Amino acid sequence: MTDKALTIDHVCKDRGKTRVLDDVTLSLTPGQRVALLGHNGAGKSTLIKSILGLIPIEGGAIRIGTATPGSAQARRDTAYLPEAVSFHPALTGREQLALFAQLSGSNANVPGLLDRVGLSDALDRRIGTYSKGMRQRLGLAQVLLGQPKVALLDEPTSGLDPISRQDLYAIIDELAAQGTAVLIASHALTEVEARTDRIAIMRKGQMVADDTLNNLSALAGLPIRLRVRASDNADALAAELGGNRINGASVELLCSPEDKMEALRRIAGMGDAVADVEMTPPKLEDLYRHYAQEDLQ
Amino acid sequence: MTRFLAITRTEMLILRRNRWLLVATLIMVLFALALTFAGSAPTGTLGVDMLTVSVASMTTLSVYLAPLLALMIAFDAIAGDVDRGSLSLLLSYPAGRGEILLGKFTAHLAALAFAMTIGFGTAGAVAVWFGGAGPESLMALVRLILTSVLLGAVFLALGYLLSALARGATAAAGLSAGLWLIFVVLYDLGLLGAVVMDEGGTFTQSVFPWVMVANPADAFRLWNIAATEGVAMASGMTGAAQALPVWAAPASLLIWPVLGFLLARAAFRRVEP
Repeated sequence: MTDKALTIDHVCKDRGKTRVLDDVTLSLTPGQRVALLGHNGAGKSTLIKSILGLIPIEGGAIRIGTATPGSAQARRDTAYLPEAVSFHPALTGREQLALFAQLSGSNANVPGLLDRVGLSDALDRRIGTYSKGMRQRLGLAQVLLGQPKVALLDEPTSGLDPISRQDLYAIIDELAAQGTAVLIASHALTEVEARTDRIAIMRKGQMVADDTLNNLSALAGLPIRLRVRASDNADALAAELGGNRINGASVELLCSPEDKMEALRRIAGMGDAVADVEMTPPKLEDLYRHYAQEDLQ
Repeated sequence: MTRFLAITRTEMLILRRNRWLLVATLIMVLFALALTFAGSAPTGTLGVDMLTVSVASMTTLSVYLAPLLALMIAFDAIAGDVDRGSLSLLLSYPAGRGEILLGKFTAHLAALAFAMTIGFGTAGAVAVWFGGAGPESLMALVRLILTSVLLGAVFLALGYLLSALARGATAAAGLSAGLWLIFVVLYDLGLLGAVVMDEGGTFTQSVFPWVMVANPADAFRLWNIAATEGVAMASGMTGAAQALPVWAAPASLLIWPVLGFLLARAAFRRVEP
């Protein structure tokens, strides 16, 4: 139990009559990067706030290492980046970060951290003059204060341009490399795909999936998409393979992971009739749709 | 332990940066000076020095201004952070909610004390320059400044309470205006009505002074008036002060900030960011 950086054990939370967290279980080991996906209102932010001890839970237990949420130890061990973070507009980036450093009792190098997130030019400008992306970077800088056991990032990519996103994921990798367990709540599916060790999907307060991308694909049994380009007669190819013609020259067929090799052999056996084959495994987006939207039953 | 001081330092920075400190100090100086000059006429007839009259006028001013200035800073203290979404981040740090509130309180009270001291001090100095002063009237000036800061502390704490209870900073501002109106204006009007209806009965004799001193704004007024004979004469308000033991007004004004702060902390504990 204690080798986990974060343990969430059968947690329930009611808001009025709605159950916003329903028997949620999840755990992260040190250095693990886990993506937490789900629609708006699926309970991602509520879960994060419960981990921080900002809101009470009705059932189950949460532990940061061995500490309970909201305890002094837990607060020292967690770092948090709120969704659409904002700060007092009258302070400068340096002053704001210095406050956080003092509160966390770390003697971090404030200008160095701001430089790390690309804010060295805006060090002594008021936060009121910052763009949304710059505020997000400042938020990220405070995550790097101290050496948290657990980092909780709520929609960290919102408002960031593509280059900043690359920086963000580099920083997340750095955090993970120093042993911080990182939980990333996100909508940006395609980026999360390559950058996380595990994926957890929430729907209506329930954890409906929690595994690696490969295992999730196998579990979901989503088909692999094969696109075959005919060198000459696409109609004949379609008749032969049993797929759908999608444009003048190509045929698309879907097959399960087990049948994949069989289908490839058939295509290879057709010799010159085939000009090219393109194979697309199920994307995170398909998986997400599969897990987050399928009806409860 | 140094965590609340970190909050205090940041809040001071904000008050200086957004010009609140400058504006509040200017308001205090201007009003205090205006009252000192306008109120200097009756000096001869009452046989007291100009500073005494000035303190009496400024006491009346402070009853209105100290709560107003305090509420103007306090209403945003919690609700503003909730609106900006920065409270959840702040609360994820090791500082406890009590520490955060204490940090803000310390900074805000220091700012109020600065504005009061400069404002009343300037007017007092002017009164001394033009009309002279004695040890008693100087004491009255010091007492006025200290009790004004206490009165400010009461309304800072009550402002935090409203800020924690309100949904959003705008609502907190509205509630604060209502609170000011009740404590500073309506409460006294209500009491006045009751006294008139009672026609000098038991209510007026024994209950009224206690009900009056329970209001921090009135306790502030009574304390300043009862303590100095000259000020009491200049303000023409001695009756109520004499009906109460000496400790009543100071007790009220000292208990209120503590009570208000505890209430605000309890309300802040329940805020879910």
